[in-house]
Amino acid sequence: MVPIHAFLLLAVILFGIGAFGVLISRNIIVMFMSVELMLNAANMVLIAFSRALGIVDGHVFVFLVLSVAAAEAAVGLAMIITIYRNRETINIDRYNLLKW
Amino acid sequence: MTIDYTIFLISAAVAVFGATMMIMQRNPVASVLYLIVSLVAQAVVYVQLGAIFMGAILIVVYAGAILVLFLFVIMLLNLRANPELSAGMPTLSWFTRTAVPVLLIVELYFVIDRVMLPSAPTGMLGEVEDNFGAVHDVAIKMFTDYLYPMQLTGVLLLVAVVGAVVIARRETAEPRKTAVNPGDKAEKPSNTVAG
Repeated sequence: MVPIHAFLLLAVILFGIGAFGVLISRNIIVMFMSVELMLNAANMVLIAFSRALGIVDGHVFVFLVLSVAAAEAAVGLAMIITIYRNRETINIDRYNLLKW
Repeated sequence: MTIDYTIFLISAAVAVFGATMMIMQRNPVASVLYLIVSLVAQAVVYVQLGAIFMGAILIVVYAGAILVLFLFVIMLLNLRANPELSAGMPTLSWFTRTAVPVLLIVELYFVIDRVMLPSAPTGMLGEVEDNFGAVHDVAIKMFTDYLYPMQLTGVLLLVAVVGAVVIARRETAEPRKTAVNPGDKAEKPSNTVAG
């Protein structure tokens, strides 16, 4: 059997990689995918604790998180398309209209 | 080393590898494909944790639908590997960009290491019944205890779909109407003249 700490450590590492991706990338689509990766790391913690406690409530929360991720992806990609139409780039350093 | 542990180590390594390659790629299409690799490995870990239904949902919804949506947007914007996106103009210093995630990982691991749950000892995972995490159990929870959150999720998805359409719509409906109508009127006299 595998200790629960192994799963939690995997989730923490994936979350860290996602945070790293958000911070280092200039491509807004890669940033967006890094956020999805962080959501998945949170899901893995929920599922690991759900297994440790022997109840399936965590799976329901994972389902809700997946729905929120789908909604977020739809709205976020629509915003990316709109911004790309105005700025002709996906470089986030050029998205500086709100900067003063 | 048991077979369980071997499977876990392999899938964890693939998940971390895919995630790392995802943020290192210049080409966004390659990024999406590496994220799919990572997600499939994560689905293996889910199944190993007894979450069979959630593993299937992860592959179908995430790898099958959301990431294909990403690919569609990348194709729609006609993006290619762009050297501008990987060099120059750092808004954050390299130290900050590296230190923040490393500190985050260390901090989160200490939090997890110290967490104490009364009925979940931090050692090996115990045995659960065979159908743990199958569709039956999850669905019963989902449609009894968590019925209202599920209904609200449906409303959220509806709002997201309508919002996405409204945001991504081109604002050309009105100008075209005003431009086309005078043209029609201008054409008609010329037709009668020609006739």
